[in-house]
Parts: sequence; structure tokens; C-alpha cells
Amino acid sequence: MVWQTIKRWYHMLGSPRYFHTFSSRVLPWLTPIALITLVTGLVWGLAFAPSDYQQGNSYRIIFIHVPASSGALMGYMALGVSGLVAVVWRMKMAEVMLKAIAPFGAALAAISLITGSLWGKPTWGTYWQWDARMTSMLILLFMYVGVIALQNVIREPRQAARAAGLLAIVGVINVVIVKYSVEWVQTLHQGSTLKLFGESTINPAMKYPLLISMLGMWLLYAVNVLIRARSEVEWRERRSKWVQTLIREGGK
Amino acid sequence: MSTFRAALSRELLVLWRSPAEIINPLFFFVMVISLFPLAISPKPETLALIAPGVLWVAALLAVMLSLDGLFRRDQESGVLEQLLTSPVMTVVPVTAKLLAHWLLTGLPLVLVSPVLAHMLQLPDRVLGVVMLSLLLGTPALTVIGAIGSALTVGLNRGGILLAVLVLPLYIPVLIFGAGVIRTAMEGGPVPGVLAILGALLALTASLGPLAVAAGLKISSGN
Repeated sequence: MVWQTIKRWYHMLGSPRYFHTFSSRVLPWLTPIALITLVTGLVWGLAFAPSDYQQGNSYRIIFIHVPASSGALMGYMALGVSGLVAVVWRMKMAEVMLKAIAPFGAALAAISLITGSLWGKPTWGTYWQWDARMTSMLILLFMYVGVIALQNVIREPRQAARAAGLLAIVGVINVVIVKYSVEWVQTLHQGSTLKLFGESTINPAMKYPLLISMLGMWLLYAVNVLIRARSEVEWRERRSKWVQTLIREGGK
Repeated sequence: MSTFRAALSRELLVLWRSPAEIINPLFFFVMVISLFPLAISPKPETLALIAPGVLWVAALLAVMLSLDGLFRRDQESGVLEQLLTSPVMTVVPVTAKLLAHWLLTGLPLVLVSPVLAHMLQLPDRVLGVVMLSLLLGTPALTVIGAIGSALTVGLNRGGILLAVLVLPLYIPVLIFGAGVIRTAMEGGPVPGVLAILGALLALTASLGPLAVAAGLKISSGN
């Protein structure tokens, strides 16, 4: 039953035209929800959550840092999945997604690195350490840059997307290997305090605003992907009838 | 198998007849390494400290730059198109090409590495490890770089783009390659790290040619 629904969605959203109408129905309410969730999480975390007994107020940067890092990681995984679908099944929407997912993910990786190093200065006494997690995030940023660069130089959009897709697949394997290989080098970063399963070691008063800002960041990422994918679909299908009518009706 | 042998001998012959492509990476390797003592310090202690990393980064760059035009000539002459449309699985001639390329550009780096390692003041007892690490590492670098080369084959600006695509993918090999030399210098357990390097080679050598073939198909618009 669930499988049937997934299959139907896969085929329906695989059609650029259906995706376009679907996204114009979703975006008007997803956008405000994403913004409200993110702002709620950030305001709660930055202004109302208790300060840490060891780190004082400087810990509050996690309310930006952790959502950005998790978004960057999930974005690259999504890039790999879209790459697989684009290379193996040559699905048009997966190619569009490859182009739509990369920029925001790269920005989040950069934010994660910047906030991390700002937090590192008062806490570890240094802006930068070649520690496992920081190094992996830096390499993740490099790989986002590679995918974006490859897409930009190949003119034919379908070919560009599939080339970037293959690179993203190889990249996902690389991310995993890099993560374990840099752990072999000494690690400074703290382990995860937030666990999906089992007891989290973070105070609940800090956990809930963190979870909310993470959710808000992911929703915002989704909104960004939808908007980018819409304009990419419009560009790719610019010669088709439905886009022509769309233009004539003034985008309504 | 006979296809593989035929493809291998063709690639070896083609490469052998353009000696610049064999000699240039080798000289690049030697030249880059000789820059470091001049730039940093000729003091033996300092050199021995940076030597594993210098050797590995130089080898990595030499391999990567040698791959820039890996498929270009085949594309210009139309051989690539014939390869992709022929009934043979693309992986077979691609694997032969990678093997030929490594034999004539990667292997020479491995062979001169002990001399350079000695010039960088590495102790004699680690020279074997230097060679072993490069022997396991450079084929992996060739295969990974070939993926980038296949994806950029139709574009008339390899160079920097290839570096941006490929360098992040080289990082695990670099970490373990330079790491095993450092481990040897500190007297640590070498076989374990060499085994990981071998595992990386097994992974890239088995799946890499498939990715290269897929990349070539994408680049030629099939």
C-alpha cells in the first residue's frame, strides 16, 4: 500500500508539468511555515534557552551551526540520490533536482564552517583545527563546488546534469570514506549530543529549540529547492505549450 | 580477454610513441619535490618531517595533470565514438587504457620515489614503505582522476576544472598514503595502514572503470 503510493508519487512528480503545478500549490503555505519554524527555533534558542554552565552564551551558535551542518550533509545525500536516479533512469526531474539542491547546500556548508570556527575560538582557543568533522565539512564544501562547477561548464543541460550526477554519486562514497579516514587523525570535535534513538545528552531546554531550528532549516532548504527547481523546469520546458500559456497568462 | 589484450597493446603503443606524455609527469614530480628544500629549509630534520606529505602531494599532482588529456586524442580522432558504439563492453578497453596509462606514467613515479625520498632525508628503512605506498596508491589516483577526465573530455578547458573535481576525491588516498610513511617513520604498525590503502585500490580498481565508462557515455551525449 505504502509502496504503491510511493511509486505513484515518483511517477507523478517525475513529470515536470505535474511538479510545477504541485509546487505552486505547496509553496504558498510551505514558505511561511518554514520561516516561522526557523525564526521560532532561533529566537527561542538565542534569547530564551538557558545558558550553558561551562560555555556561557557562546554555545548558542549551535542553533545555527547544527541546523546548517545537518542541512549540508542531507543535501549532499539528496544530491547523490538524485544523481543515481538521473544517471540510471535518466529521469528529467532528478536532473532538475541536481541543479536545484547544490547551491543552498554549498551555502550551508560554508555557514557551518564559519559558525563552527567562530565558536571554536572562545571554546577551544582556535579558529581552525584539522579535526575530523571540520575537515569532512570542508571537503563536503569542496565537493559541492565541484558539482556546481561541472554543471556550469557543460552547455547542454541534460548532459550537464548527468555528468554532475555521476560526480555526486562518486562524491557520496567519498564523503563516507573521508569521514572515517580523517577520524583516524586525532579528533577534537565533541561527539553528537543529540541522538535520534536513545537518551540525548543535551538538556531538554536546549534540545527543543535546537530541534525546531533544525526542522526550520530543512524546510527552508526544501522551499529553496522547490523555487530553484521551478525556474529550472520553466527554462527547460520553455518551448512546451504549457509554459508558453503560463507566460502569456503572466505567470498565473 | 583478447579484446583486453588488443586494447592494452594499442594503448601502450600509442603512449610509447608520444614520449613527452611519459616523461613530463616524471619530470614534474622530480621538479616539484626539488622546490620544497629550496622553499622551506634544507635542514635534514625539517625535510624528513615534511617528506611524506611532499612526496605524496607531488605524486598526486603529477598523476592528475597527466590525466588531463587522457581521452582527448581519442575523442578528436573519433576512436572514442567507435569505442562507445562497438559491441564490446566499454569497461574493457577503458580498463586497458587505465592500466597502460598507469604502467607508463604511474609506475615510473614509483620507481624514482626512493631516490627522491633519500634526497628528502628520509631514513633508508622507510624507502620500501614509500615505494609500496605509491605502488598501491598511484593506480587508485589514476582511476579516480580518469573519472574526472571522462566527465570533462568534451570541454576545452581541462586543467583547473579537473583539479576542482578530482582533488576532493583524492583526499582519502592521500591521507593513508602519506600516513603509512609517517607511521613507518614513527615505528608504528605499517601493515594495517597498507591494507587500508590496498582496500581503497581494490574499491577504485573494481568500480572505478565502470564510472569512467559511464562518464564517457555521458560526455559523448549517449
